[in-house]
Amino acid sequence: MNPLELARAEPGPAFTVTLDGREIEALPGQTVAAALWTAGVTSWRSTRGEGRPRGIFCGIGVCFDCLVTVNDRPNQRACLLPLRPGDAIRTQEGTGRHE
Amino acid sequence: MSEPRLAVIGAGPAGLAATLAAAARGVHVTLVDSAAEAGGQFYRQPAPGLGARRPQALHHQWRTWERLRDGLRTHVRAGAVRHLTDHHVWFVERPDTGGFTVHALVGPGQEEAAEVRADAVLLATGGYEKVLPFPGWTLPGVVTAGGAQAMLKGGLVLPGRTAVVAGTGPLLLPVATGLAAAGARVAALVDSADPASFLRRSRALAGRPDKVAEGARYAGQLLRHRVRTLLRHTVVEALGTERLEAVTIAALDRDGRVRPDTRRRLDCDTLAVSHGMLPHTDLADALGCRLDGTDVHVDAEQRTDVPGLWAAGETTGIGGSALSLAEGHIAGRSIAARLAGRTPDPHEWTAAARTREKLRSFFAAVDSGYALPAHRAEQVTDETVVCRCEEVSAGAVREAVRELGAGDLRTVKLLTRAGMGWCQGRVCGPGVAEVAGCAETPGRRPFARPVPLGVLARAGETAGPARAAAPEEPQDDAHRDQ
Repeated sequence: MNPLELARAEPGPAFTVTLDGREIEALPGQTVAAALWTAGVTSWRSTRGEGRPRGIFCGIGVCFDCLVTVNDRPNQRACLLPLRPGDAIRTQEGTGRHE
Repeated sequence: MSEPRLAVIGAGPAGLAATLAAAARGVHVTLVDSAAEAGGQFYRQPAPGLGARRPQALHHQWRTWERLRDGLRTHVRAGAVRHLTDHHVWFVERPDTGGFTVHALVGPGQEEAAEVRADAVLLATGGYEKVLPFPGWTLPGVVTAGGAQAMLKGGLVLPGRTAVVAGTGPLLLPVATGLAAAGARVAALVDSADPASFLRRSRALAGRPDKVAEGARYAGQLLRHRVRTLLRHTVVEALGTERLEAVTIAALDRDGRVRPDTRRRLDCDTLAVSHGMLPHTDLADALGCRLDGTDVHVDAEQRTDVPGLWAAGETTGIGGSALSLAEGHIAGRSIAARLAGRTPDPHEWTAAARTREKLRSFFAAVDSGYALPAHRAEQVTDETVVCRCEEVSAGAVREAVRELGAGDLRTVKLLTRAGMGWCQGRVCGPGVAEVAGCAETPGRRPFARPVPLGVLARAGETAGPARAAAPEEPQDDAHRDQ
């Protein structure tokens, strides 16, 4: 059993996005975080101070732990942002404003 | 005279119940919500693109949801209700001209601004998870119990294969059974509550046999999914380097201290953790509402002490969806009467008021049963990060208290930066208070979420109906250091 089976989901066709240049598949409606979890990725940023890995914590937009760079915009909350075909996700280091 | 206008903020059970009650009585309602679909966290819906044909498999009380959803659709079609989705409210203003202006950011990018004018406002802003710090809690793979559930309900995804669900509170039951039903192996449900404390409160709990039956249903599901339930146990530490690999759990003695001889390791890639819930009170606080502890204070009609402003649901005190529905219903009826210049007759909502009273006392009993271990803070080592955003350690907080004399959250914040980061102390507030040994006070925040500076500069330039401004370059850390 997986969640898609449990909810008898028949998603629209999957599309491709990239994570640091690597292609991953996303389903229509999925947020950045949901697609990354599906791809087995649980961490996509490192903290400003100690460079520690972080990913989803609160899952509802309160904690800002899941910040990520999408299409060159840093500090997007991965748990809120729905993906579109071709979106380029980049793991975010620190404030995401170094480059 | 044009019909009175109500803005409801939040489309969870409380906001929906109020919307339906007010709209049915001639009030024009604008329902403002941050999600793409109504439902709130409790009835969070899978994204439509996922094509879920059986979303009810992830939910409880689905028939209630269908009634709310259908009611909303009917009122929207009839033009009595306007439902603004993807609207993130950051401020509610009380202009000199009277009434209210609700300020929101639109869409996932949250750069466009929108304003809603209203004669009355209902705050139905819900709650969020409280998680207290422990060694390893910042590791990827450690998520809030509600967060795991939100990702499951909304995105149909699981964080990993093997989960431990831990902390304390009634939310752990649906989270553990939900994860198990969706295919995760739940290695254990670890709750620090002492079963004896529930027995002592059996009279108050027996007042709601439906709730006790609900608990029994969860117990049956846990058994079916072979989930071990360990009461009077706690997670001492989350282990791993780049991500979670295991947790150390231990039993608690009668005084709430960890029994070192009982420590053992449970392998897992997910820890869903919760120490209770906190109400969202930013908007109420900025409007000057009186709070009772961390809850928005309301009267028997669900009115706050700010004229024209009502509050219902978790924001007035955590108590679950049935209580939210009752409070929302009462608020909606009260608002309809008051906006028509009439004093409402409480007999109009006798049944809802009875439900409200019973559930409030039920949850008071449940809450005291789920009390946290008395010596929990002793497990928080000096190296443990307590403020996740600013990476402030428990040692730094203790030093601020011991060496520098900080005695309240605000002073600790000024001396250590704990609570100054992105989340504005929403997540770390209770943990910092616990480690510092001071009272848990609601944080005072000027805005309910980060606002682009350009939006802030233009806010209030025009009055009148909703308007949308042109998108602009984001300045998304506008209020970071306030």
